[in-house]
Amino acid sequence: MQYMILNYVPAAKADGASAPGSHADMHAWSAYTKAMLDAGVMRGGNALEPGVTATTVRLRDGRRDVHDGPYADSKDELGGYYIIEVPDLDAALQWAARNPAAAYGAVEVRPIMVM
Amino acid sequence: MAPRTPWSPVEAEARQAYGRLVAALAYRSGDLAGAEDALSDALVAALERWPVEGVPTNPQAWLLTVARRRSIDGSRRRARANAAQAELSRMRDEAESAMNEPELFPDVRLGLMLACADPAVDPAARTPLMLQAVLGLSAERMASAFLSSPAAMTKRLVRAKARIAVSGAHFSLPGREALSERINPLLDAIYAAFTLGRDNRGDGALESEAIWLGRVVAELAPDEPEATGLLSLMLFVSSRSAADAGGGFTPLSQQDPAAWNSTLIAEAEERLRAAGRQRRPSRFQLEAAIQSVHANRRRSGRTDRSTILTLYDGLLAAAPTIGAVIARAAALAQSGNATAALADLDALEPARIAAHQPYWATRAFVLAASGEFAAAADAYMRAAGLTEHRGIRVWLLEQRAVLAS
Repeated sequence: MQYMILNYVPAAKADGASAPGSHADMHAWSAYTKAMLDAGVMRGGNALEPGVTATTVRLRDGRRDVHDGPYADSKDELGGYYIIEVPDLDAALQWAARNPAAAYGAVEVRPIMVM
Repeated sequence: MAPRTPWSPVEAEARQAYGRLVAALAYRSGDLAGAEDALSDALVAALERWPVEGVPTNPQAWLLTVARRRSIDGSRRRARANAAQAELSRMRDEAESAMNEPELFPDVRLGLMLACADPAVDPAARTPLMLQAVLGLSAERMASAFLSSPAAMTKRLVRAKARIAVSGAHFSLPGREALSERINPLLDAIYAAFTLGRDNRGDGALESEAIWLGRVVAELAPDEPEATGLLSLMLFVSSRSAADAGGGFTPLSQQDPAAWNSTLIAEAEERLRAAGRQRRPSRFQLEAAIQSVHANRRRSGRTDRSTILTLYDGLLAAAPTIGAVIARAAALAQSGNATAALADLDALEPARIAAHQPYWATRAFVLAASGEFAAAADAYMRAAGLTEHRGIRVWLLEQRAVLAS
């Protein structure tokens, strides 16, 4: 089964200063990524620029509505994601608990739809 | 923490007696789910009545009697609601007199725990099932502890209870010989709860629950040295909790023995001696003995590495788990034989160690002891990516930084 692991980290401030923990522990992220690669479960993934760099587009009754910033204004924001292939949800949750963001943000695990 | 309410006698009673009552209720029927429901009803009744009428002289007997009545007929329960007060008073009196005859209320928790760890039950369900049946922990709470989704954990528990109900014969209290044959899965399930509580540093409660269960089993199965050995092992390990408290991590060899809990160590030693007198050493007694050698550093100031290695040899013969192989390799390297340690680690099947954090941390240590610093740094990095404990991650990355510089 493939799962997406979404890393939610404390949102960066509008002035570009990063929130504590979000980029301070690059070694922890490198170690986590290495462990996934070495264990042979990683199928993809990316880190994202902070949410303040996002632009959100909506169409409402055909009218364009474009905003600066992420689609939802919240304390945590999507900081990156991994795609992993493991036997079941329990195994995916093991990897989610190891994600550095689990300790200071939140980690969401979603099954990838089989088309 | 919420302030203690006037109803706290109910909570205290529930905590003390829950497993004993579930066991007593399910003893004949084998219907664990029904027993839990009936006890919940009785606890609700207690919440209503005790603050008004006062806590009964024998609260457990009161709860047992009420729960038994309620499990007899769910529809009668509703009809009774109006006449509750008089009837509950009568039941309480009845229960109190019943308590004066111990054979009417035998402690059958051991039978309940054995049923939870029965070979018929899915191994993954045994520990959570036991924690729920004996301690009343919720499925949600256990889903978090066991890193499972709450929905999946609930399903797993329901299936396991149905399985026990079907194989009702397993619920009875076995005789002494049958107990010897059946106690190992139970001890494994308790130890699994303990290690889960240790790995999950924020969840010290689970660690104490496991020790509590260990005490119950050691008390109810005094002829089983492994039950006492397990309790000893857990007490030894627990005695060092303060040495790396506060979110940090200090490896055992660098801990200050003065920070260890001498009361727990003394009890662990006493339990280990008691188990040893039966002259049937096995896995948990050997593991406890290894911890006893470590604990002895408090007195001698040194660690007797050769005794530890001898004990690990015995442990591998008794229970060749992957954890024992890894721990023995670490002990070998600490005795100066890193080459043999590395060979033992290399011999483990790759699929079993691909995501096994203790393996990579130990491998890193052994490689560093062999002078293979680049490979050691790489293994420390991998170990750091496999831990969910921030303090351990920081410590592993520090070891790597030292090697890389």
